[in-house]
Amino acid sequence: MENLENLRDSLTAEIAGAGDVETLETIRVQALGKKGQVTQLMKTLGGLSPDERREAGQALNVVKTALAEAIDARRETLKEAELEARLAQETIDVSLPARPSTLGHLHPLSQTVEELIAIFGEMGFSVAEGPDIEDDFHNFTALNIPPEHPARQEFDTFYLPEREDGSRQVLRTHTSPVQIRTMQSTTPPIRIIVPGRTYRADHDATHSPMFHQVEGLVIDDKTHMGHLKGTLIEFCRAFFGIDDLPVRFRSSYFPFTEPSAEVDIGCTRDGGQLKIGGADWLEILGCGMVHPKVLEHCGIDATKYQGFAFGMGIERIAMLKYGMPDLRPFYDSDLRWLRHFGFLPLETPSMVRGL
Amino acid sequence: MKFTLSWLKDHLETEASLDEIAAALSMIGLEVEEIEDRAAALAPFKSAHVIEAKQHPNADRLRVCRVQTEDGEVQVVCGAPNARTGMVGVFAPSGSYVPGTDMVLKPGNIRGEDSNGMLVSEREMGISDEHDGIIELPQGTAIGVPYAELAGLNDPVIDIAITPNRGDCLGVRGVARDLAAAGLGKLKPLAFPSTKGDFESPIKWRRDLPADQQDLCPYVAGRYFRGVKNGPSPRWLQDRLRAIGLRPISALVDITNYVTYDLNRPLHVFDAQKVKGDVTMRLAREGEEILALDGDTYKFDNEMVIIADENGPEGIGGVMGGELSGCSEETTEVFLEVALFDPARVAITGRKLGILSDARYRFERGLDPDSALWGVEVASKLILELCGGEASETVSAGEHPAVKRKLSLRKGRVQTLGGIEIPFDEQVRILKDLEFEVTETAEGLDAVVPLWRNDVECEACLVEEIMRIHGFDNIPVVPLDRDRVLPQGVLTLSQKRRSFVRNALAWRGLEECVTFSFISRKQAGLFGGAKEELTLVNPISSDLDVMRPSALPTLVASAARNSDRGFPDNALFEIGPQYHDDSPTGQMLVAAGLRSGAPKGRHWEAKGRLLDAFDAKGDAMAALEVIGAPVANLQVSADAPSWYHPGRSGAFRLGPKVMGYFGELHPRVLNAMDLKGPAVAFEVFIDAVPQPKAKASGKIKPALELSIYQPVERDFAFVVAADTPAEKLLRAAKGADKQLITDVELFDVYSGKGIEEGKKSLAISVTLQPTQKTMTDEEIDAVAAKVVAQVAKATGGTLRG
Repeated sequence: MENLENLRDSLTAEIAGAGDVETLETIRVQALGKKGQVTQLMKTLGGLSPDERREAGQALNVVKTALAEAIDARRETLKEAELEARLAQETIDVSLPARPSTLGHLHPLSQTVEELIAIFGEMGFSVAEGPDIEDDFHNFTALNIPPEHPARQEFDTFYLPEREDGSRQVLRTHTSPVQIRTMQSTTPPIRIIVPGRTYRADHDATHSPMFHQVEGLVIDDKTHMGHLKGTLIEFCRAFFGIDDLPVRFRSSYFPFTEPSAEVDIGCTRDGGQLKIGGADWLEILGCGMVHPKVLEHCGIDATKYQGFAFGMGIERIAMLKYGMPDLRPFYDSDLRWLRHFGFLPLETPSMVRGL
Repeated sequence: MKFTLSWLKDHLETEASLDEIAAALSMIGLEVEEIEDRAAALAPFKSAHVIEAKQHPNADRLRVCRVQTEDGEVQVVCGAPNARTGMVGVFAPSGSYVPGTDMVLKPGNIRGEDSNGMLVSEREMGISDEHDGIIELPQGTAIGVPYAELAGLNDPVIDIAITPNRGDCLGVRGVARDLAAAGLGKLKPLAFPSTKGDFESPIKWRRDLPADQQDLCPYVAGRYFRGVKNGPSPRWLQDRLRAIGLRPISALVDITNYVTYDLNRPLHVFDAQKVKGDVTMRLAREGEEILALDGDTYKFDNEMVIIADENGPEGIGGVMGGELSGCSEETTEVFLEVALFDPARVAITGRKLGILSDARYRFERGLDPDSALWGVEVASKLILELCGGEASETVSAGEHPAVKRKLSLRKGRVQTLGGIEIPFDEQVRILKDLEFEVTETAEGLDAVVPLWRNDVECEACLVEEIMRIHGFDNIPVVPLDRDRVLPQGVLTLSQKRRSFVRNALAWRGLEECVTFSFISRKQAGLFGGAKEELTLVNPISSDLDVMRPSALPTLVASAARNSDRGFPDNALFEIGPQYHDDSPTGQMLVAAGLRSGAPKGRHWEAKGRLLDAFDAKGDAMAALEVIGAPVANLQVSADAPSWYHPGRSGAFRLGPKVMGYFGELHPRVLNAMDLKGPAVAFEVFIDAVPQPKAKASGKIKPALELSIYQPVERDFAFVVAADTPAEKLLRAAKGADKQLITDVELFDVYSGKGIEEGKKSLAISVTLQPTQKTMTDEEIDAVAAKVVAQVAKATGGTLRG
């Protein structure tokens, strides 16, 4: 038995001293393998008396179990250390830049149109559209702007070549022809907004030959100027996100509305910086009650139906809302501008989520 | 339209302040553009006496002046050559802002002499360029009188925008009338004193117009004046004209300008001695010419109305007078023209000749027809007063056409259209103040429209008149009725698709652009050609004269610009129109995109790779996929348009219909547009993708069937002819067993060593998804054999050995 204890102590010491999994395995084979020392001792039990055998066998098993456990424990320890060592070697510089992520941006005009749709959509307006190249009737005559009317001169119209029949197409000078197309093709009640490209032969720091307008039209048998005020005040406040934004209506003239008004919103110009909200006034849109002649041009009974129309420049309201000082970069595609003023494609504007 | 406050007060009796008047003007539709209060800017400049001016002891060109100002005596060092003892000058004390030098005066010491304040020139006050010396005021001018007052500059100038309907407010009286109606004062009565003629006019008016065009000039009147003296006009008249930016010329000319701006009645005066025979209103003959008052010569066509004598054209009807018969300082005999012209014809003539005159501006908006009658009297009175002489009897030709329009206004109409209740009495009051003749009726009222308001033509116009004067601010705010509680979906399929494509492309890293619809003819030529019918007649520049046949040229130009700025790596897209003809359906919606430079920016770990057609193909497919195109069923044909690389581009087709193009851009295009390649691009025609079919099940999706058996993958490599489209092989493989094969992926393309010349190897992975039971090896082999057979049949390909 003394031998057994010596063997156990020496093997235990060897196990504890094993420096890696391979050495440990060799020790295991030497101790517990088929020809291992403990296994050899087991084989000697056959020569003993039953009582001795039982006693020696029990002792031997205790040693065997203890050695196996010691080996397992040692193996776990060694494996853990090996992993630690490997991980330590695998260290990288995590401050290196990630693979470039390349999210693009939506143009501020798109975003602004989506905002317009979100607001007016809540009020029951749908979105109508029409062609950029228009005929004289839809762009002018139906809108109560007869040929040679002084109002026509204010439009700086782009013309296409005269056709064989003497007519000539124009690039629409406003989105209003879509009012006409809508009224010709549908019956009231009508409630639409019309965002789109518009064109005027004018080019300087504050005018672009192409720009965008949004038109609004409501036709039914009861809508009056109070509704017009309600709609536009609500719009201005929602769009600019200022609940108490001052809004005023001034008498004006548009050939296609009667009465006509221009709308100003409150602003401040302190220190040369224009800010929305305040006691000064800034013109922002034109509007009015649809002229009976316009209704008649579209085959709508002007004694039965009435309503309002409005129009505004989309670039202008976008510039005011987002602090873009210049008009020209809108169409210049300068990457720096697109990334700075553009919007991530994450969320379509909606009233419930906030604009 | 400019006028001064004192001029307005000629017509309006008012206690209102300038600010109140300005506020009211803007609210009633006469928007104030600018108020120039010159007296305010000149406030520090007042008269002062130079008690003594003596030579500066230390400077040859300077004088030391003792100046008596309203605040006592000060010493001023002055460099003006005309500064001398006893003169009366204009003095600005220390602390004054001097506009001409943009500086605030400070007490100083100039070469040993104290100087407090400044004796100023006109240039220093910012009122002219005059700087030869300091201003000298008349002897006897009191000390401390503001210069603005002495110079007649103490009358604020109001500039208002006149909308095209309000021709009547192109005269100060019209403005005053509106203000009076709006409660800002009382309109002063205007008398038209009639002058009795002393003799018969030696010149008569004639009209020679076609019978069906009598209204081109329905009426003209005039008068002959003799013994007049045409010197400078009086100071008050010159001051007013100068204040509104007109140059005083001579009494006769100034009178015509004054009446034009005061009463909106353009006039013309001929030097009667230069007129030969009678004067006739007639159509010009083709080729006739006139040297007009602006010094230019204009050639007429036979639709223009002219005023002619026996010498030929002497005036352009309603537009401008002629130089040869115009008045000069020597004029002693005058013939006056007060005419009515057809507004449209005046507009056409002015437009064709390119003349925008004060007369044209007024005639084309329409005048008060009665002004042809009272205009003669007003002009006569001024001519006789300012130039002396005597007037003939009035001569005229044609019929005075004054037909008054009568409109009805129903009692409730202001409320139902305008949304505001205005007491009926007030409605009547406003119309009467605007000089409508109002008769109350059972239904409401009848209003006879004043002749100068040709814009008031229907009941809504009467509502507007009442409301604008009453004030839009008073209209109660009413929310728009909602016909239903929840808003409805408001976008069409096409509108929704645009939004999807926009977001999908931005997620893929492309920046959205908005570019012009017009491009240069050269660019259009590169992208399918410039059509004549889509070429602008009046472009703002020859670079922007053709409606774009594709949305790519502007993107290519954008990328080139960015590259020139030092940003060569571009990924851009635009969703917008391209144009095929000038009809309402000739416009097509396209999503176009472009990538140029490095594919995704450089990265320290990524190996460099060049952009290729598959970048564009991926973008295009993403766009197609999000708008519901059957991407798996689209065919790709190698026939993209000429602006793509002929061997590295393709078209997406669904049957014969083209959904889009993609590929490398043609090097010729890049070269012509100065963009360094490679650049890849795509065009997707959003509205060409078929609409989804409406399903009876509505939005319910088909049941999800999940197989409990594992899918099996088998790889194959086929050797095919090098020009075999991969798509053909993939389709064949996929079609080998439509039940079991759920996916086929191409994972390698190889040619070179080990592959015969003219051939390539395409390696695919085929996924089998059993649904009934686990597949045996024999079953899998059977499907594999079918794949090999199908591919062989379709492409002639064989399994790679």
